[in-house]
Amino acid sequence: MSQSSNSNVESACQRLQFGVVRFPGSNSDQDCIHAVESMGHEARYIWHKDTDLGGVDAVLVPGGFSYGDYLRAGAIARLSPVMHAVAQFAEAGGLVMGICNGFQILCEAGLLPGALIRNRSLQFRSEFVHLKVMHDQSPFTQCTQDGTLLRIPIAHGEGCYYADEKTLAEMEENRQILWKYATSSGDLEEHANPNGSVQHIAGVCSREGNVAGLMPHPERACQQIIGSDDGQLVFKSIIQHFTQTH
Amino acid sequence: MKAKIIITPKKAVLDPQGQAVLNALEHMGYEGVRAAHVGRYLELEINEKTDTVSGQIQEACERFLSNPVIEDYRIEWETTAEA
Repeated sequence: MSQSSNSNVESACQRLQFGVVRFPGSNSDQDCIHAVESMGHEARYIWHKDTDLGGVDAVLVPGGFSYGDYLRAGAIARLSPVMHAVAQFAEAGGLVMGICNGFQILCEAGLLPGALIRNRSLQFRSEFVHLKVMHDQSPFTQCTQDGTLLRIPIAHGEGCYYADEKTLAEMEENRQILWKYATSSGDLEEHANPNGSVQHIAGVCSREGNVAGLMPHPERACQQIIGSDDGQLVFKSIIQHFTQTH
Repeated sequence: MKAKIIITPKKAVLDPQGQAVLNALEHMGYEGVRAAHVGRYLELEINEKTDTVSGQIQEACERFLSNPVIEDYRIEWETTAEA
């Protein structure tokens, strides 16, 4: 990703305000704020007890271990007052992205299809992976192209994506599968799948396309100094889409 | 009265914990075991089993205590001595 293409995208876009939902046990909330601010946009926290999102342009549901992951990851968090507001925001077409635990919460809330279960290896995996963009027309991928590889870290113990065959077929049909785990050369191989996800799925979107979730952490790959800035492309897609539609 | 709720992974869903337990059992020499499944167990204490309570617990199982995408559940009722 070249510096010039970065600045071109930024100069043509509005300054967005992202809302980052904070649950007891969130731990990527600060990373999200930092990533957004480092790209020249605004971000503010939204407390899990809030019932109003305060007019933000897009919502990030960050990673962590909300409510200690008690019962199931995301099962309790999705009952928080703020999630009702997030569901209404999504219903109205607002952009919502769940990262890691945020992905689990959005699945538990029924805003995204499928569920995340224990990694096949039973190990907590913390490492860089390669994500292959499967559908570049989404608000979350439009600054990439089909087949673009993003080098982004994961850190999870329950990231094995599961949906039944009927749901998977519908998702394929509606182009809801956004990212898959791949090798560094872009091949979808078992050894590049860190958690056993069905069809190597790393991230998906809702039928309407405005809600997305992924296990990897794009907010932890937004500056070269920490190993990769490929994650910026995910945020830039959101920013560009918002600018084009408002 | 107690509602004992047993939650197990759906058959089609990968159960790596069950597989690890099965492998360990085989490793220990217990060869008669064909499969192992690891789930979750909850006990809900209630005052009286009425149709309303029974219906509410079933609804809670479907909406919250289990995730129907990946899990099955069953409820067993147990009469307990009053404390």
